[in-house]
Amino acid sequence: MSEVLVLVEHVEGQVKKVTLELLTLARKLGAPSAVWAGPGYSAEAKAKLAEYGAEKIYVADSADIADYVVAPKAELLAQLVSTASPAAVLVAATAEAKEIAGRLAIKIDSGVLTDAVGIGEDLVADQSIFGGGVNVRSRVTKGTPIIAVRPNATPVEAAAGAGAEEQVSVAVSDTAKTAKVVDRVKEEKGARPELTEAAIVVSGGRGVGSAENFSIIEKLADSLGAAVGASRAATDAGWYPHQFQVGQTGKTVSPQLYIAAGISGAIQHRAGMQTAKTIVAINKDPEAPIFELADYGVVGDLNQVVPQLTDEIAKRK
Amino acid sequence: MNIVVCVKQVPDTATERKLRSDDKTLDRDAADGVVNELDEYAVEEALRLKEAHGGEVTVLTMGPDKASDTIRKALAMGADKAVHLVDDALHGSDALGTSHALAQTLKKIGFDLVVLGSESTDARTGVLAAMLAERLNVPQLTFANKVEVNGSAIAIQRVTDYGYDKVEASLPAVVSVVEKINEPRYPSFKGIMAAKKKPVEKLGVADAEIDAAQVGLASSWSEVTDFAAAPPRAAGTIVKDEGDGGAKAADFLASKKFI
Repeated sequence: MSEVLVLVEHVEGQVKKVTLELLTLARKLGAPSAVWAGPGYSAEAKAKLAEYGAEKIYVADSADIADYVVAPKAELLAQLVSTASPAAVLVAATAEAKEIAGRLAIKIDSGVLTDAVGIGEDLVADQSIFGGGVNVRSRVTKGTPIIAVRPNATPVEAAAGAGAEEQVSVAVSDTAKTAKVVDRVKEEKGARPELTEAAIVVSGGRGVGSAENFSIIEKLADSLGAAVGASRAATDAGWYPHQFQVGQTGKTVSPQLYIAAGISGAIQHRAGMQTAKTIVAINKDPEAPIFELADYGVVGDLNQVVPQLTDEIAKRK
Repeated sequence: MNIVVCVKQVPDTATERKLRSDDKTLDRDAADGVVNELDEYAVEEALRLKEAHGGEVTVLTMGPDKASDTIRKALAMGADKAVHLVDDALHGSDALGTSHALAQTLKKIGFDLVVLGSESTDARTGVLAAMLAERLNVPQLTFANKVEVNGSAIAIQRVTDYGYDKVEASLPAVVSVVEKINEPRYPSFKGIMAAKKKPVEKLGVADAEIDAAQVGLASSWSEVTDFAAAPPRAAGTIVKDEGDGGAKAADFLASKKFI
């Protein structure tokens, strides 16, 4: 059975959930080989990857790999593609991993598909385009298919793999070392899950009314262990930081549950959340387009409804 | 500094966007074409860099004849001149083909800095800037929310999930920008009038020394096998808050096992 390379997403040595989703997908397509790029690899990480089906784990944990923007990781994957001849390369559809996929595609002269929400055994990918309005099936026609898969699109299932570790040494070329990361600045975001990875997202929009009032959105999010998002109207007004914007020019999320409070549901926003599995909307305008998407909607003042919902959740825990 | 800003014409997201039933590519006639929103930030950033450091801003657009509207808009904002890469042979190019065509053109016209939006609102692949850096063999400075140039040195803040990375490189380089890096200016009346007289050079595949075997639908590295309008979501339950809206929403969440 051919290998399927899965580029591991990790933060501070922890394997991110999307990688487990990719390993689950990869098992349908061949023998999953996890690729760890950059520092932080540990026995704990190895155990996690094996638990979800990694037959092999390629480890390239030199600092060089992570100290320059994107290019070294593309070189690493290109090297592994030439030695392992995999059936496919899977990466998470994050901003950086898509860029790695793009550069890899050029290096190995292969097609790349981005933002897949599913992959069939024939390597045909499902994509949702135009803000969720059109469903597309597409496939790579040249080379080794490279597919970037959206987080939260695949239910995770454990199935032990051998987890055979293989150290990989990569001589990062000088041309891949031209954009140097000189500092990584962490912005405070508390204990909430990351927006694109979160199973539940609670977002606030224009109806929230002020930066201070976003605390009621945060309280609801915390009661559900959710990430907080915001519509463009809210970030443009400066009520919530821009990196939490969900929508066409912000983040695309695909959680199990999306709660939109005080968000009208313009295409700008819908493009970023329409593939959520369950959508709940709270808005005082019964005509708001968000209600067309909602599985459950409450027409009312979010200042009443949201705190009551938060209290009810606390009571029922 | 010789700055080239890549600008894409995309269908207006406020109108219904479609794929063509014949070749499954974007139906560019079905919707109004507008400047890709993130590219407006790119044009603004290019203009600010020119204002600070001198030089020239050239707009580069690949697209059909009607994309000339988009070029005029960027010129009206203040860019000096434009190159319109227009050729039927380019129709249906995927990201690999598009990056080849743009990279060849950039090599031909020359640049110190290439600036573009980090993503288009139609294809939304977010890979083009990285691909250009790969093909042009220059530093990739993408997802920037801040750009600083000092002589031949360039530094950006690259937006990440945890905050941002400070990244340093030397020119020439490719920069992609995110929303909020600046506030794009509106074209002034004077700018709109001046744009009509600014030079727009049209180049075809042969002019730009583009390999015809690497562009166009038939040469793409991927294909759409089929597509369909997304089925409408099943109509949900909408209730009016009568003092118990939050409790009712909690009932719904409980019924779906979220609480």
